[in-house]
Amino acid sequence: MENTVRLIDDNGLRVDGRRVDELRPLKIEVGILDKADGSAYVEHGKNKILAAVYGPREAHPKHIALADRAVIRCRYHMAPFSTEERKSPAPSRRELELSKVIREALEPTIMSEYYPRSTIDIFIEVLQADAGTRCAGITAASLALADAGVPMRELVAGCAAGKVDGRVVLDLSDIEDKQGEADLPVALLPKSNMVSLLQMDGSLTEDEFNQALEMSTAACRKIYELQREALRQKYHAARDVAEKEEAEAKV
Amino acid sequence: MSVTRQLSPVARLEQKTVVDLIAKGKRVDERGPLDYRPTTITLGIIEKANGSAQVYLGKTKVLAGVKIETGTPFEDTPDEGILTVNSEFVPLASPTFEAGPPDENSIELARVVDRGIRESKAIDLRKLCIQSGKKVFMVFVDIYVLDHDGNLIDAAATAALGALVNSKMHAFEVEDGELRYKDEIIPIPMRDYPISITSSKIDSAIVLDPCLEEEQVMSCRLTVTTGKDDRICAMQKGGLGFLSPDEIKQIVSTSISKARDLRAKIIPNVK
Repeated sequence: MENTVRLIDDNGLRVDGRRVDELRPLKIEVGILDKADGSAYVEHGKNKILAAVYGPREAHPKHIALADRAVIRCRYHMAPFSTEERKSPAPSRRELELSKVIREALEPTIMSEYYPRSTIDIFIEVLQADAGTRCAGITAASLALADAGVPMRELVAGCAAGKVDGRVVLDLSDIEDKQGEADLPVALLPKSNMVSLLQMDGSLTEDEFNQALEMSTAACRKIYELQREALRQKYHAARDVAEKEEAEAKV
Repeated sequence: MSVTRQLSPVARLEQKTVVDLIAKGKRVDERGPLDYRPTTITLGIIEKANGSAQVYLGKTKVLAGVKIETGTPFEDTPDEGILTVNSEFVPLASPTFEAGPPDENSIELARVVDRGIRESKAIDLRKLCIQSGKKVFMVFVDIYVLDHDGNLIDAAATAALGALVNSKMHAFEVEDGELRYKDEIIPIPMRDYPISITSSKIDSAIVLDPCLEEEQVMSCRLTVTTGKDDRICAMQKGGLGFLSPDEIKQIVSTSISKARDLRAKIIPNVK
């Protein structure tokens, strides 16, 4: 791979003006779909990602049901218009792999033993992709699960780190991902400091890897604060309305 | 859609035995926690393929074959040959494998092996260009899982590497855009030898190279693929569990040194 453009300038700033350890701007909203039991929308840089959760609900078809726990099903999917060139809507091998690793990142946080014989379905739709969609998808899906009232041990936050122009950087953008030297998507359970998703491709020395891992887990902790804030916004607003109505009813 | 896998009732019964043993620093097959199962590799057993390798990793058996054909390059890499990795979980390899299109485990395995080869730049794809933007060689690596006793990723990655190193093709030249083969037989242009090492976390212990019984009860696994300069070129965590950053760093460090050993063992044999 040849670097046609310099991705980090002499002042240590990246093409979009960020420092090496700076996240892209995030916007998180919870509970934005009417029919889903839980939903969330995440904008992570130019990524626009919608996640919805249905369930716990009766397992269908019945034979997939497990006697001692809920079955978790997960679908990560990219919209045909989400990328530069149209993506076929049929699930690609990449999407099938990501559906699996995302399920494995979220499932251990779900107390599925409370819902035997049922399913919890997680749908992640990438409306616009700009590198780091699986991580942003996890950030969104974890909130959608919380919004659906599914009992969870902890929220999960996702963020990637990588290597660009010979330097370890946080949260790669599309051009950095395509021309960079490595990508390391990570999902973290911030309170217990446990990693539930880890993938890597590119070229990193052991030291660079350790540095990238520190960087991405620190970023996941920041995203976790934003996730909590988004949940508070929805549920505190709902509580305030309820309290106000109650007060008015007394008068 | 990716769906929760059902654990077999037998695996559930065995769970306690496996975990109790590991707590005592022992394993079901009497290995130490960081012992890799004996690995043997046989090259060139399929004469009709450009290259092939059969790998035994303990009782796990994987066959990989390489076929080289010509085709059109991708638009974004007009000067590079094409690498394609596919895997088949053949139904004769395990009672849990079914005929049909590849499931998510098979796709994951092929993609992890693909990343190791691609990201380490193991094949010099530029040397497989026939005519820029028009015609290139396509290298198909097909992985055939024949007997499943755990750690398919490492066995498949080793078999794929062996098959590539074993691959031969006719030397060629290009005249006015026409491809002309010479009589001389050459190996395909290799630059690196990526080795995958998988560890799994069982209870709170980390063990290398899980066998099937261990894989069924593990909390999760982490595969680390490194090239000959010890650089990490691919990683993949799998399974329903967590790893602490310290556990990850420990696994990475162990994997790098184990990969070095395995490469030294495999590469002289295959050359």
